[in-house]
Amino acid sequence: MRRQLPLTLCFIAGVFMAVQYFIPHWRVQDVYDRFLTWLQIIFAFAFLLGTVSLVKVHYHKIRNRAADRGFSWVVLAGLGSMIGLGFFAPGHNDPGSPFDMMFQNVQVPIEATMFSLLAFYIASAAFRAFRARTLEATLLLIAACIVMLGRVPIGDLISERIPEATRWILTVPNLAAKRGIMIGVGLGMMATALKIVLGIERAWMGGGD
Amino acid sequence: MSEFDRLLSVLFSRTGPVAAVALVLVLSLCPCAAIAQEADGPVVSDIIVPIAPPTALHVEDTPSDRGSSITLTWELSSDEETGRVLIYRVYRSADADTGFVQVGRVAVGSSTYRDGGATDGEPAFYRVTASDGEAESAFAAAGPIVSSPQWFNATRANAMVGTIVFVFAIVFFVRAAKGGKELFIRRLAGLDEIDNAVGRATEMGKPILFISGLSGISDVATIAAINILGEVAKKTAEYNTRLIVPNADPIVMAVEQEVVKEAYAKVGRPDAYNEDDVFYLTRSQFAYVAGVNGIMVRQRPATILYMGMFYAESLVLAETGASVGSIQIAGTDAVTQLPFFITSCDYTLIGEELYAASAYLSREPVLLGGLKGQDMFKFVVGVVLLIAVVSATLAALGVTASDPITPLLATG
Repeated sequence: MRRQLPLTLCFIAGVFMAVQYFIPHWRVQDVYDRFLTWLQIIFAFAFLLGTVSLVKVHYHKIRNRAADRGFSWVVLAGLGSMIGLGFFAPGHNDPGSPFDMMFQNVQVPIEATMFSLLAFYIASAAFRAFRARTLEATLLLIAACIVMLGRVPIGDLISERIPEATRWILTVPNLAAKRGIMIGVGLGMMATALKIVLGIERAWMGGGD
Repeated sequence: MSEFDRLLSVLFSRTGPVAAVALVLVLSLCPCAAIAQEADGPVVSDIIVPIAPPTALHVEDTPSDRGSSITLTWELSSDEETGRVLIYRVYRSADADTGFVQVGRVAVGSSTYRDGGATDGEPAFYRVTASDGEAESAFAAAGPIVSSPQWFNATRANAMVGTIVFVFAIVFFVRAAKGGKELFIRRLAGLDEIDNAVGRATEMGKPILFISGLSGISDVATIAAINILGEVAKKTAEYNTRLIVPNADPIVMAVEQEVVKEAYAKVGRPDAYNEDDVFYLTRSQFAYVAGVNGIMVRQRPATILYMGMFYAESLVLAETGASVGSIQIAGTDAVTQLPFFITSCDYTLIGEELYAASAYLSREPVLLGGLKGQDMFKFVVGVVLLIAVVSATLAALGVTASDPITPLLATG
């Protein structure tokens, strides 16, 4: 029963989701819309799970005096303060409220900072990867140089053929490879979903039969 | 006697009839003068010409829909060329002559409108007018028309045929595998290396970090990642190597806790399972990246596995992992992130190889059969694409009158 019930539910829901794609009648689409609403409610409850897990993990680290427990204090302090501000401060999470000010002036700039690191990481990755050790690496290096030059004004100043070559590389071989990968991905997704719906693939339940 | 009377008496007494005729002539010219003056007044520009209406209004029940929808099409007003038309207004009524209410409008140049507010089973009448924003043309009328829902979306018939063929291919090869037939699967270097990677971590006494992407449980890539996690967890349980799994989604965390716990129990090491090692971090993208990077720098894992759906954070994660000296194996179906993983990681599973991992690692016949069925259908898709390309090319070159194949592949 412990295994059969989730498998049965998965089968019913999976078949319905597949069939509703071909049936536009409002009787079927209303059930589909209701499913999506239920999913959102489940996701909302799942946040409670996540918060409990977060608090438990960091509480254990603090209690066991782990080496990096300082970060745990920061996490719990941040979690507590934002929850407190959101629920009890004036204006709750309205624009201009303390919660909103903390979010806009602390969280958003920090996230932007992390995103900005990407530029430096691209440079370091390029430095390590673009080396002509093998034929494939040499082709990658040449294509990368042409594409990078073609995307900035100096490429056009050097030669008008560089932007043309860039367009060709991006719209012919690159796009062909992307489409090939996407066809494979699409079929892989269908096959995996089908195996899950039919109960052939059961690892998501915790492994075992 | 007044001066006017004296004048009249002189005129009629001395000139008599001649004077009378002259007077009549003078007086009769005055209206003509007035008329001539009026004829000079109104100019062409003052004459108001009505806007030409749209024509050939056609209404039909929108096909392959959920109901309550009527599709209107019409011929554009001839005044579009003069620039007088700005919009077309659409009116609906339950009566042919009265009670019309505007239900929508479309911009100049549009000759179609879909009314989503019709009532199923009740006849409706439509009128369409052209307007410059103030004045309206005469209307084009059509009706009655009745909307109704359909039970089958005919525009997706080709997708249904493809799905049925696909299901048959999967079922055929699964049955073949169950019957004991040997099925060949090509080598996937990234998956073969997982064993070595786990062994490396065990020898170095360092943990393994498993990152299952930033997508939720509804993403098939995440489920594929969870399948791989199960196999990796069995190996780490056998070798008594610590496995750290930070999550960006609470539901995924709950599922992965069960998967890892079950894997440890299966190899007889339930006591080695630590629930705190499979935990929720945050849903925010770059906050998650910051947290994982911190784990990498502090814990310095020997092996990092990136499996699932990734976005812009992929390179930040992979570069940090490379900087701490970890061996990195990535697998994702995110086409835009593959180049980053390929340049930064030691091994990369590209696209569908991620979905093949479960079958490849477990070597279960049923799963291998599903993989072969998927490959067979990919071959069928390739053949169909080739036929479509040839057909479209011949039509474009004028060798054939039209391309009959490509329209069959379009789906709504």
